[in-house]
Order: sequence, then C-alpha cells, then structure tokens
Amino acid sequence: DIGDVGRKYHLELVLEDVLDKDGTVNCTAEVLYHLGNKNTAPDVHFTIEGELKNTDEADNVFYNRIQSLEKELVAENIPDNHGNVSPEMEPIHLLAWAASGYVIWQNSTENTKFQLAQIKHVKQVKRSDEHLEFDYMILLHEMVSQEIIPWQMRVLWHPQHGVQVTQDSRQPKH
Amino acid sequence: IASDYGKDPSITSLLNKMDIFLLTVTNPDGYVFTHTTNRMWRKTRSKNPGSLCVGVDPNRNWDAGFGGPGASSNPCSDSYRGPSANSEVEVKSVVDFIKNHGNIRAFLTLHSYSQLLMYPYGYKCTEPADYAELDAVGKAAASSIKSLYGTTFTVGSICTTIYQASGGSIDWSYDYGIKYSFAFELRDTGRYGFLLPANQIIPTAEETWLGLKKIMEHVRDNPY
Repeated sequence: DIGDVGRKYHLELVLEDVLDKDGTVNCTAEVLYHLGNKNTAPDVHFTIEGELKNTDEADNVFYNRIQSLEKELVAENIPDNHGNVSPEMEPIHLLAWAASGYVIWQNSTENTKFQLAQIKHVKQVKRSDEHLEFDYMILLHEMVSQEIIPWQMRVLWHPQHGVQVTQDSRQPKH
Repeated sequence: IASDYGKDPSITSLLNKMDIFLLTVTNPDGYVFTHTTNRMWRKTRSKNPGSLCVGVDPNRNWDAGFGGPGASSNPCSDSYRGPSANSEVEVKSVVDFIKNHGNIRAFLTLHSYSQLLMYPYGYKCTEPADYAELDAVGKAAASSIKSLYGTTFTVGSICTTIYQASGGSIDWSYDYGIKYSFAFELRDTGRYGFLLPANQIIPTAEETWLGLKKIMEHVRDNPY
C-alpha cells in the first residue's frame, strides 16, 4: 500500500510464446493500481530478461497477403463456436489478442480479470498509407463478474510499427 | 466406469461399495441456447418478471450465503442470483434429489474454464473445518490429472482461488453435510476459454477422470 496513491504489486513472471511452448522468457513488472479514480488505467513498468523471438518473416508474409487481397477482409466468429481457427485467420486472431491486451489494460482494476473470448466480427478498413487497419467487434470475458462484454476496437498494424488501438468503445450487451 | 467394472480392482471395489450418480447436463435449456442462439450463454432460460432480461446464474442460486457478495441482483447480469435461493428448477431438483437420497457422501461439479480444483467456501473467505483434508485430497487429484498430459490445476478454496461468490453449489453441499465437495474448472486457461477445440475434448475427459477417480477412491476409503 502506498499512502494516498494506491497499491503497488511487484511481479515475477514467465512469458510463454503461445506458438512455441519452449520459448519462455523471464519478466519482472511493477503494477500500480490508483486509489479512488477507477477510470485511470494502472501504471505498468516491466523488464524482459532476454529477447523475444523475431517474427519478421511471418509478419511480412501476413502483411503481403492482406495487401494483395482484391477485396477488404471480412470475417466472423474467430474462433468459431467449436473452437476452430483456420490457418488464414490465425494472424487476425493473434492481432486481436495483442490489441485486446491494450483495451484490457486500460480497463483493469484489482477486481477484474479479462480474457478475449471471441472475435464476433472483423472488417478491414481501406487505407491510403502502408498500415493495415481492422475494425473488430470482440467479446471480452470478465472472470469476476462472469460478464461477456462486447467491445469494438480499431486496430492499426504494420510489421515495423507494431500494434496500435486507435479507438475503442464498450458496447451494450443486448 | 461401466467397462472397467470387473477388470480394474479399484473401480470394482468402488462400485461394490458406492453408487455414482452422473448428471451430464445440469442446465439443458442453457445448453440448447448455446447451440441455437448465443454460444456464450451461461444462465438458465427462466423469465424474470418485470425485466426484459432472461435467465439466472445456476451457480449463484444455491442456498449458501444467498444474496451475499459475488452475485448480482440485476436480472440482466450474467451472475444474477435469481429472486430467491432454489428458484431455478435446475437447482431445486438436484437439492431435492440429494435430500431425498439421504446418503450422498461426495459432490463433484465440473465447469470451465481456468484449470482449477476448488473446495469451499466461496461465499465467505474463512476456511472450512475440513480444510487440511480437502486440500490434501485436492492436491492428490491435481497430481493425477497432471500425470497424463502435463495439465496443471491450481488447488484451493473458491474464495482464495478465484473470487468471492455466494450461492454456489459446493458451499451448499458442504454445509449440508457432504464433506467431499469439490468444483473443477477444466481446460484451458484462456487461449480458447469457452471455445475449447473439439480435439481437446477427449484428452480433457481422460485427465479429468483421473482426478475424479482419485477423489472417489478417497471417499470410498474414508467413510464418515
């Protein structure tokens, strides 16, 4: 506990690459949850010990594939209701996961535990610059309340510039 | 269970001593609804008078700390506790069955997801009287589960492991006198969450069975 400021947690964690179970990296982090104003995201500082895997090749393959599509990408239900993700949709799924991490961080308190449950809908947004842009409608599962929360987010991505959530908004349930 | 009787000595002695009642779907209306309309539906499908919202969270509707923290009084919430304890027929029929049987020795309930093996309490954060034994049995069961495919389960009380939640089934069964009350949260830990791929169904069942068997053997060997 820190005075009138909030509560700080020191964490030691292991990051595991979802696509490569042997790829683990140690990480330390400090998370400060602010007292009072629950509309402020917690402060996070972290140190990764070692290096994350280089994904340039796979990133470029995905980037080029999307750029060469004749029509803007549109898809629904990823994973589908039976847990399947087609190989073509796997990068779209992973991108949503990274982007939802930002949304989750911005909306987390000491009493929430969010997971991405499903992409309900994703539609590519045409751009004149070199970025890829996707408009996602996702479902977040909040473990403590057990709520399934629809959330819309606009995601920019580029192999060298990484992921950015430019706009997001919680949607009504019904 | 059936095919190992007469072959596996442990299952044979278990079934010679005790009956196993297996309720495969505890919320059939909700189950159908996930197939026809909303894959993420959690609750029952009962109408809530005065509300447009449907359904009650069946695992907040038991008579254990009912109305307490960790359950909602809002019918539109996914953790709506219902108008009163046992208001849901899905819950009341299990309660009535257990009371009428009169000799139930263990109550094991399977959920998803998170890979947890939990004992009471959820409605309060104090230890149950049998904490030490339940924790030991839980840890032994988790160890059995892990032995097959390496799947790790975290063991602990509901309150300390996930969250405080009132009106839960194993809290009711434990306070009713059924000492061996455990709740499992099965695979995975969030990558697919509720959308576990079909190719994981059988491995999940195989490893979970080892955990259930471990607990049932302990129940068989420790009459009370």
